[in-house]
Amino acid sequence: MPETKELNSPADASAERWERETLEPVLRKRPERKKRFETVSLDEVNRLYTPADAAGVDFERDTAYPGEFPYTRGIHPTGYRGKLWTMRQFAGFGTPEETNARFKYLLEHGQTGLSVAYDLPTLMGYDADSPLSEGEVGKCGVAVSSLADMEVLFDGIPLEEVTVSQTINAPASVLLAMYLVVAEKQGADFRKISGTLQNDILKEYIAQKEWIYPIRPAMKLVIDTFEFCTRHVPKYNPISVSGYHIREAGSTALQELAFTLRDGIEYVQWGVDAGLDVDEFVPRISFFFNAHNDFFEEIAKYRAARRIWARVMRERFNARSERTLQLRFHTQTAGVSLTVQQPLNNIVRVAIQALAGVLGGTQSLHTDAYDEALALPTDRAALIALRTQQIIAEETGVPNTIDPLGGSYFVESLTKKMEDGAYEYFDKIDSLGGMVEAIEKGFPQRDIQESAYQYQKAVERGDQTIVGVNKYSMEGEQTEIPTLVIAEGVRDRQVERLGLAKARRDNGAVSNALEKLKKSARDGDNTMPATIEAVRAYATLGEICDALRDVYGLYEEPAF
Amino acid sequence: MSERKIRVLVAKPGLDGHDRGAKIIARALRDAGMEVIYTGLRQTPEMIAAAALQEDVDAVGVSILSGAHNTLCPRIVELLRERGMDDCLVIVGGIIPQEDIPRLKEQGVSAVFLPGTSTGDIVTFLRDNVGQRA
Repeated sequence: MPETKELNSPADASAERWERETLEPVLRKRPERKKRFETVSLDEVNRLYTPADAAGVDFERDTAYPGEFPYTRGIHPTGYRGKLWTMRQFAGFGTPEETNARFKYLLEHGQTGLSVAYDLPTLMGYDADSPLSEGEVGKCGVAVSSLADMEVLFDGIPLEEVTVSQTINAPASVLLAMYLVVAEKQGADFRKISGTLQNDILKEYIAQKEWIYPIRPAMKLVIDTFEFCTRHVPKYNPISVSGYHIREAGSTALQELAFTLRDGIEYVQWGVDAGLDVDEFVPRISFFFNAHNDFFEEIAKYRAARRIWARVMRERFNARSERTLQLRFHTQTAGVSLTVQQPLNNIVRVAIQALAGVLGGTQSLHTDAYDEALALPTDRAALIALRTQQIIAEETGVPNTIDPLGGSYFVESLTKKMEDGAYEYFDKIDSLGGMVEAIEKGFPQRDIQESAYQYQKAVERGDQTIVGVNKYSMEGEQTEIPTLVIAEGVRDRQVERLGLAKARRDNGAVSNALEKLKKSARDGDNTMPATIEAVRAYATLGEICDALRDVYGLYEEPAF
Repeated sequence: MSERKIRVLVAKPGLDGHDRGAKIIARALRDAGMEVIYTGLRQTPEMIAAAALQEDVDAVGVSILSGAHNTLCPRIVELLRERGMDDCLVIVGGIIPQEDIPRLKEQGVSAVFLPGTSTGDIVTFLRDNVGQRA
C-alpha cells in the first residue's frame, strides 16, 4: 500500500536519483533472485525502505516513548532492563503426578512461571471415564477430571507465589474454580493470586474448535469469570485473548492481529454491556500471540498490537486508566513451522522466532521444543527450549535497550501498514454486526481457510521455502530422535482416582450443588459461586459441564 | 464412457479440533478432480465407517494430531472390513511418531503422511493405489 506523501519531496528526488544512477545499472547486469519478495503471509516486501516510506509515521504521535501512549515501544519505561520477560514453558502430559514432576523440573532449572496443558477430554469437558475419552486421556496434556486431580497437579507448588497460566477454554470457569479451591486449601489469599486463564472462547469457534456450548451462553460464562475475578481475585488475568491458534490454523500475520484484537474488543463490549467498568476489568485482559518465521513482520505485528489497543480503548471505550490502554501479551513460537524432517533444525527456527517476540516486547514467552512435530517434548528437548530463552536474555545483549528496531524505516512502515490493515478488518466486522455475528456468518473462519490454502500452494510451488522439506531435503533421512511416549495405562489410573473421589464424596451435596448451578445458569446469574461450590463437593468436570450442557445446549458448527 | 472419479472421505476422529490439515487436503483432492466428502469434527470410528459405506468411497483419509491414532485408526480399519469394504484404503495424516508407523501398517493402514507432505504426493498415492483395485 503506497504511503500518502508529497510528490517530488526531497526524499523522493533523492530516492529516484539512487535508483537511476546506482541501482539500475546493477539490475541490468544482474537481475534480482526473484520477481517478487514476500513475507510468510505472502505480503510483498519492497527492495528498500527510506524516510519516504515512514513519512506517514509521526514520532511523537505514533512511535513515542516506552511506557507512554500509544505504547508502540512497549508498556514499561525500562523495557527488559527492569525485568526480563517471564519464561513460561507450556507443559502437561499423562497423569497429574507426571506433570507435577515436570513442573518441578522446570522450576528447578530456572523457569519463572508455569503453564498447564490439559488433555483433550478435559478441554472438551469430559471425564476420563467417558466413552468419548477413549485413546485421548493424558495424550495432549494432563488429565484432570475433578478437584482430586488438581490437588495432585499442584502438590508442593505454592499458588500464592508461582504464577500459573492455564490453557483451557470451553470449561475454563470450572478449571478456574478448581484452581481457586486448591489455592484455598493451601491457605492462599485469593487477593494475592496471580496467573492467567486462557478462557478465549471466540478463537475456539474461529480456529481451534474446542467448543462445548453455543456462542452466546459461552460468552456469558467468560463474562462471569471477569466479574468474579474483578471482585475476588483482582491480580488474576481471567482471559488471554489468543491469536496463536488463529495463526496456527493458517491465518496471515495481519489476520492474526486483526481477529485477535477484534475479539478483545468484543469481550470488552460484552463486559461493558454487563455493567462492568472498563478501567476496572480491562487492565486484567491479557493477549497471546504467535511468533512465526517472518522476523520483521512479527515484530511489526506486536508493535502495532499495542498501538491499536491503546487507541481503541481510548477512542471506542473512553478508557481513562493507563493500565487499560496497555496491551500485555504472551508469545509462543509457531508450532506449525516445526518440521519432522531434520528435526534439530527446529532449534534454530525457535531461536529466531523467540528473538522476534523479544524484540516485539513480549511479557512472557514459550519456546517450542524441537521434537514437537513428532510428539510432546521429552525433558531434554524442553530443556533446550528453555535454554534458548536464557541465551537470548543473557548472552545476546538484545534486552539491553528498549525497542531497538523503533525508527527503522522498514519496521515503522510495516507497523503502520499492520495498523491500517487491522482497522479495515474492524470496519468489516463491525459492518457484520460484531465478532459474534461475524463468526456465526463464518467470516473469519473462511478468511483463514483461504490463507491456509494459498500458503500451502505457495510451499508446493516452491515460492515459500521450508528448509529440509521442499529444499535441501535429504533422501532416506531417518529422524532418529527420542520421543516422549505416553503410557497407555494413564486412562486406567485416572479412572481409578475418579472412582475413589466419587466413593468418598457426599453425593447429596454434589446433586444440590449441580442443581444450584443449573438454576444460576437458567436465571442468568453469575455461575462462578455455584461452580466453586460444586467443585468443593468434588463434582467432576464432566458432571459440571453436563449440567451446563443441559441448560445451554451444544454448539453445532455451520457448514461452510 | 466416463471414468468414475475417485471418491474420498476425509475424516477427523477423536476430540481434537485442529482441522487445518483436513480442510487443505479436502480442497487439494477436490482440485485434483476427486469427489471428497468431509465428515466434520469429532466423528467416532463407527460414524466414519458408516459414512464411508454410505458414500461408497475408495479411500478414507484420517487426519489425527492428538496421539490417539493407535486406538482410533485400527478401529476404523476393522469397522470398514466388518462392513465388507475390503478394498477401501485407509490413509492417515498428522502427528504420528515414526515408531508407530509399522504397527499401523500391519493393522491395515495403507500409508501414513507426516507433516511436510506435499498434497501432490497424496493425490499421486491415491491415483496409483485406488486404480489397482479389482
